Amino acid sequence: MITVRGVSVRLGERDVVSEVDLDVRGGEWLAVIGPNGAGKSTLLKAVMGLVAHRGEVTLDSKPSARLKPRERARLVAYAPQAPALPPDMTVFDYALLGRTPYIPYLGRESAHDREVTASVLDRLDLAAFAMRRVGELSGGERQRVVLARALAQEATVLLLDEPTTALDLGHQQQVLELVDRLRRADGLTVVTTLHDLTVAGLYADSLLLMAGGRAVASGRPGQVLTEPLVGRHFDAHVKIEPGPDGRPVVHLVRGGP
Amino acid sequence: MARQAGPSRARPLWVASALGVLALCMIAGMLDGAADISPWQVVLQALDWLPFVHVDSGLAPVEQGLLYELRLPRVLVAAVVGGLLAMAGAGYQGVFRNPLADPYLLGAAAGAGLATTVAIVLLPVSAGSIPVAAFLGAVGGVFLAYTLGNTAGRSGGTATLVLAGVAVTSFLTAIQTFVQQFKVEELQRIYAWILGDVGGGWDQFWLVLPYAAVSAALLLLHGRMLDVLSVGDDEATSLGVRAARVRFTVLLAASLATAAAVAVSGLIGFVGIVIPHVVRRLAGGSYRIVLPLSLIGGGAFLVLADLIARTVIAPAELPIGVVTMFVGAPFFVGVLRMTRRAAL
Repeated sequence: MITVRGVSVRLGERDVVSEVDLDVRGGEWLAVIGPNGAGKSTLLKAVMGLVAHRGEVTLDSKPSARLKPRERARLVAYAPQAPALPPDMTVFDYALLGRTPYIPYLGRESAHDREVTASVLDRLDLAAFAMRRVGELSGGERQRVVLARALAQEATVLLLDEPTTALDLGHQQQVLELVDRLRRADGLTVVTTLHDLTVAGLYADSLLLMAGGRAVASGRPGQVLTEPLVGRHFDAHVKIEPGPDGRPVVHLVRGGP
Repeated sequence: MARQAGPSRARPLWVASALGVLALCMIAGMLDGAADISPWQVVLQALDWLPFVHVDSGLAPVEQGLLYELRLPRVLVAAVVGGLLAMAGAGYQGVFRNPLADPYLLGAAAGAGLATTVAIVLLPVSAGSIPVAAFLGAVGGVFLAYTLGNTAGRSGGTATLVLAGVAVTSFLTAIQTFVQQFKVEELQRIYAWILGDVGGGWDQFWLVLPYAAVSAALLLLHGRMLDVLSVGDDEATSLGVRAARVRFTVLLAASLATAAAVAVSGLIGFVGIVIPHVVRRLAGGSYRIVLPLSLIGGGAFLVLADLIARTVIAPAELPIGVVTMFVGAPFFVGVLRMTRRAAL
């Protein structure tokens, strides 16, 4: 579904992403992990075509560079780490923005666009909030609203940059379970950056570990979340054990590194 | 809250109420003056002016002429100029994602001020050259700010553009002051124009109307696009929108509106901040609501401001820009405080 070959991004004088390769199959969930400043968010932006980059990105076997912006937007939905939520906008209007790639430039939304938006809000238990202002919502509700916009886009790929930042434990779980449920139901391909390694290993099918702009390891959670790899690239002293379902659980060890 | 979920748009009831307020303000604006004319007579007379309608207002021909030649164009110009300024302000706020953006923050006013001063000082006395000069100056000022903001900032971000506007404004104002000191005998004329005036009659109205129509149509069409821009450039791009192109078009239309307003009536500040903000509070934040209601509300506001300007120290007249600044400056501080509290 997504193929990335030799992608590099240079911002100013710094190579933020260097020669990264990436393969995500349809319906798969890939989590990009790595220490702060590893280039995770920038990689996502490069895949979305939001930053100038070298190398090739292929979406649904079409070269991304040759897709028109609207075509690309029907294929891939993107939610940044800290989405700007205009406080005066209603929840419905915000979710409706996801229909933008289907609405003519100066045109207005069709009845179908309104139906899709309403049904997405319904699905995410946001129907009761539809006419509320976005600024009145709690953190967990906002994250669901951002997801609603991405889903209204009806794209087959979701790129979510740190979808659980600033959420408490319960809301983190709620959002990730929701993403998991939706991707299974709709066959979506999901790429997220995630801070919490255990959480990344728990939900994603495969992991990509980045450090210093390079992809240093990739594979199934058990192959990437190993004590030597995490210890070296995060500069941390950790202990990794298999959890109840066999997926790795990362513990910090006091007194290190 | 049994309201059905749906997209925001300017509902007919709101538009009708706003138009009603505008009509009331315009009638009030036509009442004031030396001759003793009742509101009812004004309404009847206004109906009589409509095509295919004949109503006897009971007014003498002299009074009818007074209303038609002096007061009617005056309230019409005030309404159009106020509407343009408020709508241009809303457009700039959408483009820069900044509730404090205003035609006067972005070099438009300063550019027009400089060009007009140059025209008054250098060209032989002719009223016709002033609006043209103001127009060119306003567009020049905005584009100077726009290019400077684009080249100075790496990604042409909002903050760099606003800062560029402030820099351009200061620079152009300095040149303008420098130029005006050459012709001390013209100072009063320059100041009278700078502080704003809507009493130029039908000529003024016909001069502003074509620009008003074009810029208003362009801006009103872009309401939904401005809503998309409000989530930021990256996300707008990810939604398939060429953000830079939308921004450029709206900037062009808003600058055209500003230039037209400034060209006929001088510098009238703060309408572009006050009105869109009030509309947002009352009716909702979507630009599909803010743009049309600002157009109408700005018109009503400036007609009232003009009425106050004419009456408060009658028989003398205050410049209308002084009235809007009197209301606008405290309002600006209030909005600033509220935005800062809401921001972080």
